[in-house]
Amino acid sequence: MKLLKLVPDNTNIGFLRWRNIAVAISVLMIIGSFALVATKGLNFGVDFVGGQMIQVTFEDREEAPVSELRESIGGLGYGEATIQRFGEPNQVSIRMRLPDEAQERPEAANEMTAEIVQLLKSDYGIDKPDSVDSVSGKVSEELLSKGVWSLVGALLAISLYIWIRFEWQFGAGALFALFHDVSLTFGFFALTQLEFNLNIVAALLTIIGYSLNDTIVVYDRIRENLKKYRKMDIVALLDLSVNETLARTVMTSLTMLVALLALIIWGPDVIFGFSVAMFLGVLIGTYSSVYMAAPILIWLKVGPDSFIPADADNGKAEKLGGPEQAG
Amino acid sequence: MLDFPRWKVIAISLLLAFGVLMSLPSLFFGESHKYWPTFLPDETINLGLDLSGGSHILLEADPADVARTRLETMEESVRAVMRRADPRINIGDISRQDGVLSFMVRDSTQVDAAREELLPLTTGAGLTGQRDWDIEVRDDTRFVLTPTSAGLETAVDNAMDTATDVIRRRIDEMGTREPTIIRQGDERIVVQVPGLEDPEALKALLGQTAKLEFKLVDFEADPNAVASGRAPVGSQIFPYPDNPTGIPNIAVKRLGGISGDKLTDAGQGFDQETNAPVVNITFDTEGGARFARLTQNNVGRPFAIILDGEVLSAPNINEPILGGSAQISGNFTVESANQLSIALRSGALPVELKVVEERTVGPDLGQDSIEKGMLAAIIGTVAVLTFMVVTYGRFGFYANMALTLNLFLILGVMAIFNATLTLPGIAGFILTVGSAVDANVLINERIREERRRGRRIIQAVEVGYKEASRAIFDANITNVIAGLLLFIFGSGPVRGFAVVLIIGICTSVFTAVVVTRMWVALWLRRKRPQELVI
Repeated sequence: MKLLKLVPDNTNIGFLRWRNIAVAISVLMIIGSFALVATKGLNFGVDFVGGQMIQVTFEDREEAPVSELRESIGGLGYGEATIQRFGEPNQVSIRMRLPDEAQERPEAANEMTAEIVQLLKSDYGIDKPDSVDSVSGKVSEELLSKGVWSLVGALLAISLYIWIRFEWQFGAGALFALFHDVSLTFGFFALTQLEFNLNIVAALLTIIGYSLNDTIVVYDRIRENLKKYRKMDIVALLDLSVNETLARTVMTSLTMLVALLALIIWGPDVIFGFSVAMFLGVLIGTYSSVYMAAPILIWLKVGPDSFIPADADNGKAEKLGGPEQAG
Repeated sequence: MLDFPRWKVIAISLLLAFGVLMSLPSLFFGESHKYWPTFLPDETINLGLDLSGGSHILLEADPADVARTRLETMEESVRAVMRRADPRINIGDISRQDGVLSFMVRDSTQVDAAREELLPLTTGAGLTGQRDWDIEVRDDTRFVLTPTSAGLETAVDNAMDTATDVIRRRIDEMGTREPTIIRQGDERIVVQVPGLEDPEALKALLGQTAKLEFKLVDFEADPNAVASGRAPVGSQIFPYPDNPTGIPNIAVKRLGGISGDKLTDAGQGFDQETNAPVVNITFDTEGGARFARLTQNNVGRPFAIILDGEVLSAPNINEPILGGSAQISGNFTVESANQLSIALRSGALPVELKVVEERTVGPDLGQDSIEKGMLAAIIGTVAVLTFMVVTYGRFGFYANMALTLNLFLILGVMAIFNATLTLPGIAGFILTVGSAVDANVLINERIREERRRGRRIIQAVEVGYKEASRAIFDANITNVIAGLLLFIFGSGPVRGFAVVLIIGICTSVFTAVVVTRMWVALWLRRKRPQELVI
């Protein structure tokens, strides 16, 4: 039986030759992402800014009466509605910001929702909206701070773990690579103005987990090779490690992308943003494991001695350096 | 490598069989579940509201509201004990400003007696001897009662407990199936109701305090003063939107009323003359006696029926009502009368609750999500399985078997813990498929590599598993860390995602590393292949 080999045996690609350019581009991309978030802002969903979103299907119509709907909701006096199509032409989502009085009365958001649901019922005969999300200002603030804390917490906890299992240089490298992945995903959401909601935070955390998965596989091989080839130049050693793990990197990324592609194409509309974010995250995460996480080790001066206690003499160090001594 | 003791094989096989068995009841969902044999485990996973359809409603109480009610109750109690004291203690200049209750004792010689009367009112229940209120005497005769923070905390806590019970009774009265009602934090209650017909009716019911009072109308009050909201001495003004006189206010006597919490039953009915919807209530013995006394002493005068601080109607008492039941008229529809009946039957909420978050998913959208999610999951899985077997041959087949078992195991573990499957949870399954094969990819690539370096078959397999395991372990730990943070800080559907992710990581390490290793070892031992196609 002839088996498929996506990556030929014994590749020797000089990935790290382009490291300066790659890192420069990445840093520019990070800055660009920040600039995008600062200028265009993120299209926060009701989860994070409060207000309400109703999704409805106009069963008896070909197309949703968008402008008519906008007008009649505007008549309720809560301000302009953001009405967008999703899925079929007769399906729309109706989004409203928090009403003015929501500051003093937390229930105001839900009262507004009730009025709109009532309007849909009386004017358009819609008994049940497909979904209703209504979030008060206080709850949305809590959700936002929880989301931020879960991201910051995950980044720090994971870096700490890498530091303990490897060395501080590796922890710093992993943290920087993750920072890169998260920043670029934010930039993507600012650029496309896809809705940024709780699901996207879940996607970001999964991206962090996945990207790290990749980074660890590369780091693990670097650690092994550092002990095996003690005289090798660090750039060559990193290249060797990346090449040795290349087949696995490509294979795993492809299986992930295939699974996610199925989710993007055939999956429910509700988690479309989530799937897109994950797809992008896998691409960015794979890239950053090679071009962000590895080069940083050069600049942080990782060498074969990084895994040897400072007070150990050379002869002892030689014995300690076997691959079995990992961790 | 080849040394795989028989007991290990048996233990691993039993564990797998158990996991698969536990997953089966969840696969027989809906109608087909009744064909599931009863002697087998019956634990199933729950479907999240975003899949089954239903409403998630977060209610929040305002502690200031509890403090206010508590201050009012305290004032009533102070008035009552001072009046009943022997000799009667005259007090005046009562104020509830700034969250404290203050009043003057008119006769300075009675200050000590007044303090004695106050002591039992201000000490908390229970054995701790905790003070609920601090008593302070200023300028010899002015008492100031300040609520202690511990006392207020207990009061809020009790109010929330009662509120949770009341809400549970109300939802049960609505005949809703399988509601979940949980107190959350200090001042919140989560209500989750699957497959709800009318979320708006539920919210209206939950938001209604349903505090019913009957008070005598002060018909001597100057109508102009009442209209402008000024109350005569001994009376207070209540809003009365449906007042036939056109004035949106009415003055009622402070004293001599009764509260409507002494009810045994309430139900929607129709007025015999006007045929308008009304609410019929039945008092308990004590309430009935009080109501009889009130009506007996005030025949020919109007009394106000007050619901949540607003007057519903103010009918005349035509004759004493001695039977212990009464009729509440007001501007009702059949629905609103019905709803009020439910609220009255289940008791008044001790604190006003406000809807601060609502997530409702219609049943159609939920069904649509399940179908599309399943379709995507099947396509994604088949694609990955094909990919694996084309790339790694026999080893890919083992990985696929492991992956399939892993999906059953995740379901099984979720069923054991009665975990909830949400829409992001389905996405979690798909991601687990993608990342679970990663462990096998790592192992298989390593075996290829070791073969290229010239190791013999058995040695290459052994080194492959051993060296790859380290990276697999590290990578999965970090994934669990991310998953745990997601679980801790996440809410609702996102939590469902974290659950699948964490369980999936644990089971996938087991199936991808331990189980495939066993299969490979058994195969190598039996066949002793001379060539390794990988």
